[in-house]
Amino acid sequence: MTYVSLSNFDLVIAAGLLLINGALSLAFRLGLERSLAIAAVRMVVQLGAIGFVLRFIFAQTSPAWTVALALVMVIAAGREVWARQTNPFKGWWTYGLGTSTLLFVGILGTVFGVAGLIGPEPWYAARFILPIMGMMLGNALTGVSLALETLTATARRERTAIEARIALGDTRLQALQEALRQALKTGTMPIINAMAASGIVALPGMMTGQILSGVDPVEATKYQLLIMFLIAGTTALGVLIATFGGVYLLTDERHRLRLDRLAG
Amino acid sequence: MLRVEDLTVPGLAPISFEVGAGTCLVIQGPSGSGKTLIMRAMADLDPVNGYIYVQGREREEMSGPDWRSLVRYGAAEPGWWAPVPRAHFEADAQVDRVVVALGLPNTALDRPLTELSTGERQRLALIRTLSGNPKVLLLDEPTAALDKTSADLAEELIKFQLRSGKAVVLVTHDEGQALRLADQWLILRNGSGKVFRR
Repeated sequence: MTYVSLSNFDLVIAAGLLLINGALSLAFRLGLERSLAIAAVRMVVQLGAIGFVLRFIFAQTSPAWTVALALVMVIAAGREVWARQTNPFKGWWTYGLGTSTLLFVGILGTVFGVAGLIGPEPWYAARFILPIMGMMLGNALTGVSLALETLTATARRERTAIEARIALGDTRLQALQEALRQALKTGTMPIINAMAASGIVALPGMMTGQILSGVDPVEATKYQLLIMFLIAGTTALGVLIATFGGVYLLTDERHRLRLDRLAG
Repeated sequence: MLRVEDLTVPGLAPISFEVGAGTCLVIQGPSGSGKTLIMRAMADLDPVNGYIYVQGREREEMSGPDWRSLVRYGAAEPGWWAPVPRAHFEADAQVDRVVVALGLPNTALDRPLTELSTGERQRLALIRTLSGNPKVLLLDEPTAALDKTSADLAEELIKFQLRSGKAVVLVTHDEGQALRLADQWLILRNGSGKVFRR
């Protein structure tokens, strides 16, 4: 099999499908036209830019470029966690918690997967590290955002019940047990659903990409399975760290509920 | 038993008072005068300045949960975190007896909370506040939603707690109840609090 190159005209034709989204928004007065336009332009600019950036970095021999781009990805992902919260923690706390969690699980999952399992030569080769780290971060970001949003929203909604437990002498972990469980469940649900649907409802993106570029489907499946396991593990770890971190930020050392630390 | 020194809550000048074992302090004042804020501060539910001692120990000398096991707060709007009341209590046969003593049906502990009236839930919340072995009870309008008979039974339960040596701080708008239970009053008015003894 050979790789079939896409022309820019092909992309313009495909972009025309966004008119369906626009028409939907106008027909039902969803008011999403502006968001749709911004998101589409962002996607084109970001993906277009990353194509050139990756081509440049893949041509370099120093791992410093790889580390630099990986850090930019983590910082952007941390900002995304913050931006997805209805009531983030005041100050830099949400950003700090999201970024540090994603940095930890991103490095852990990527190094384990690339150096420990795939084993390219050298193991820090940018064309392995960056795409795999991107997949780890993208999925962990979704899980962490959902978990933190669920935790803070549940704590606000269930304030009376949580404070009743605290007043009876419960610790913060006991009092926030239900919010914590909800957050863990919500945060890990997308990856569980994605695993369950893989191969039947949809061929995952990476596998599709490999097949389109001529890789044997069975080989592509092995890679996809490896990636899904890595994503599931790192997302669960990220959700766990962020949720417990969130519980500690939502309470203080005297186990008081501190909703005043949330913005809005 | 309970000693409060220079307790500062938002909107009120620093307050000091003492409540001995087996005695009751009633806090009264108009809505929004800070009664609940004082109760929450004593239960260490909000960060405030000032010193609070129970049996000679300041709250900072022990963990928050340990403090709240000694100084038990029953909110005016009780919170519930499980579908049935019994899940909110430690396994204790005495709870069933107190439920009946407060005029509740003996099935009240096992019926869904959504099927119980406001008054029934309030009485159950009062029993929950008394459970364990707290030394100080902070009761925020514990009989506000009760009819006269139920309120009298709840009042008897509070008197029993006083007789057993507990210190009680009570917020109530019921003047008769205040007169029957109070050994001293903390009256909040115009941003300050003043203590009166019987």
